[in-house]
Amino acid sequence: MLLFLLGRILRLLTLLVAVSVLSFLLLELSPIDPVRAYVGADMLKVGPEQWAKIAEYWGLDQPLPERFARWGMAILRGDFGVSMIFRRPVLAVIGERFLASLALMLTAWVFSGVFGFALGVLAGMKQGTWTDRLIKWYCLTLASTPLFWLALLMLLTFAVWLSWFPIGLGVPAGVPTYEVTLSDRLYHLLLPALTLSITGVAGVALHTRQKLVEVLQSDYVLFARARGESGLQVLLRHGLRNIALPVTTLQFASFSELFGGSILAEQVFSYPGLGQAAVQAGLRGDVPLLLGVVAFSALFVFAGNLAAELLYWLIDPRLRPKGDACEQR
Amino acid sequence: MPVSSAKTLLLSCRSFNRRQRTLMVVALTTVCLLALLCGGLLLGEEGLSTNLTNRNMPPSLSYPLGTDWLGRNMLARTVQGLSLSFAVGLAAASTSAFIALVLGLTAALGGKRLDAAITWLVDLFLAVPHLVLLILIAFIFGGGITGVITGVTLTHWPALTRLLRAEVLQLRSAEFVLVSRHLGRSRWWVATRHLLPHLKPQLLVGLILLFPHAILHEAAITFLGFGLSPHRPAIGVILSESMQYLSAGSWWLAFFPGLALLIMVRTFDVLGDNLRLLLDPHSAQE
Repeated sequence: MLLFLLGRILRLLTLLVAVSVLSFLLLELSPIDPVRAYVGADMLKVGPEQWAKIAEYWGLDQPLPERFARWGMAILRGDFGVSMIFRRPVLAVIGERFLASLALMLTAWVFSGVFGFALGVLAGMKQGTWTDRLIKWYCLTLASTPLFWLALLMLLTFAVWLSWFPIGLGVPAGVPTYEVTLSDRLYHLLLPALTLSITGVAGVALHTRQKLVEVLQSDYVLFARARGESGLQVLLRHGLRNIALPVTTLQFASFSELFGGSILAEQVFSYPGLGQAAVQAGLRGDVPLLLGVVAFSALFVFAGNLAAELLYWLIDPRLRPKGDACEQR
Repeated sequence: MPVSSAKTLLLSCRSFNRRQRTLMVVALTTVCLLALLCGGLLLGEEGLSTNLTNRNMPPSLSYPLGTDWLGRNMLARTVQGLSLSFAVGLAAASTSAFIALVLGLTAALGGKRLDAAITWLVDLFLAVPHLVLLILIAFIFGGGITGVITGVTLTHWPALTRLLRAEVLQLRSAEFVLVSRHLGRSRWWVATRHLLPHLKPQLLVGLILLFPHAILHEAAITFLGFGLSPHRPAIGVILSESMQYLSAGSWWLAFFPGLALLIMVRTFDVLGDNLRLLLDPHSAQE
């Protein structure tokens, strides 16, 4: 177990280092001049001397290997640099933004998991009927739906026409931070989270359905039915236990799509999360922030995958090598 | 005898119908997609011209999808956006399928070191959320259309590579391959004569099923504001522009282009699934 964990962590480290180094080198190749991106519209007001000073301040006047070494040392010390557009340390920006995104993603994750599982179980139990076909059709259509379009429709329906929800932002406009209540935040969170969970449902439901259909065709279910167990009893005693694990694992392994989805949802609802920061960093040439977000999102995805693998190890003893199983006892 | 032959006849009839139906779906979807592509190409610049007398018109008979704030025909813009998506999807799907084939074969046949290296490369590409990767690549290329197309083209191979590698690994231990090797055939001979024919259906279906991913990613990244200039009609651009006019009630600007994109993506899905039914030896005879 310990060996397995160490192996995974080593793998994460190689991947993280590779991602960071590759991103750094590739970003250096970008034709976008960070100083120009920083100065922006004030281009005419900034003289060549100031220009050189800004470049010097960021160390942009030094050759590439030197900058790379300096950047690498800083990262090792845990210093990701200062974001150009927020004028604050990258880690502070990511930390604050990630908390907002986490609330969004966690709500969507839990909701889509529960709802998708329920839909999948329903479809699987009613396999071949109209209920099943309807659910399958719904999920397949949902899987091809562009998330940002769905978000636009939600915005149009619930915020513009019905005026049930605010049009965007994470907090009410024009209210000081200390006066923003928890219910305000929840109110602004609901619509983006709902959008994100609706699209998340498709994958879980289809996967659950497929696994349940497999289980229902097995010999032990045939035997259970021969003993006279009803459909519900079969589901509770044999079905749920056998499909819970693969479905949970899938849900943990979907962190990558969840992150991608939250970028789009945040963009539509102008929700101040990490995804929006990533888009701004990309559009406005904020290299330190972009590098930070790339590394952080890799870490996030890895955490999900690791959790999935650990769950399998902990719950399903068949996957452990023989020697390891003895150790456990 | 007559009973059993009647039974087989009935069964073959049924299977023929199913096969026919599948073939019909494949033909129909292909025609629809090609018509869309041709429509986009034929339309050219027409309908994109601004016409300030017909601004913000809701859908009507002369403008089935309405017009935008510059009086441009939304139907023309949508068709052009979709055919652009089609082109990007085609580039992405064919490039990715080619990369996946080469890497998958190399990983499965090229020895342990190469296999480990390629598996690691696949993991590396899957380590970062796809959209973040696309943003990164778009930025590296300076935020132009090149960045968007390159990003979408070069990032869709990992999943298919994994699939093909697993398939080749399985085939490699199949008896006919082992016999062929023992008879003294070279690796190259085995790869081209024994493995490729088995990989072809996988590759074709994989290629078709790459389209939806590529198209949705292209739309997403242009929606976020990367790459395309505002007057180029891409679905992402159209939708992100429409956001400014939603609160004014111009719902058709967002609704129809997105719906068209959804239908196109779903068509590719249906095409891919039906092709798989036809080509997969397990279901081809059903």
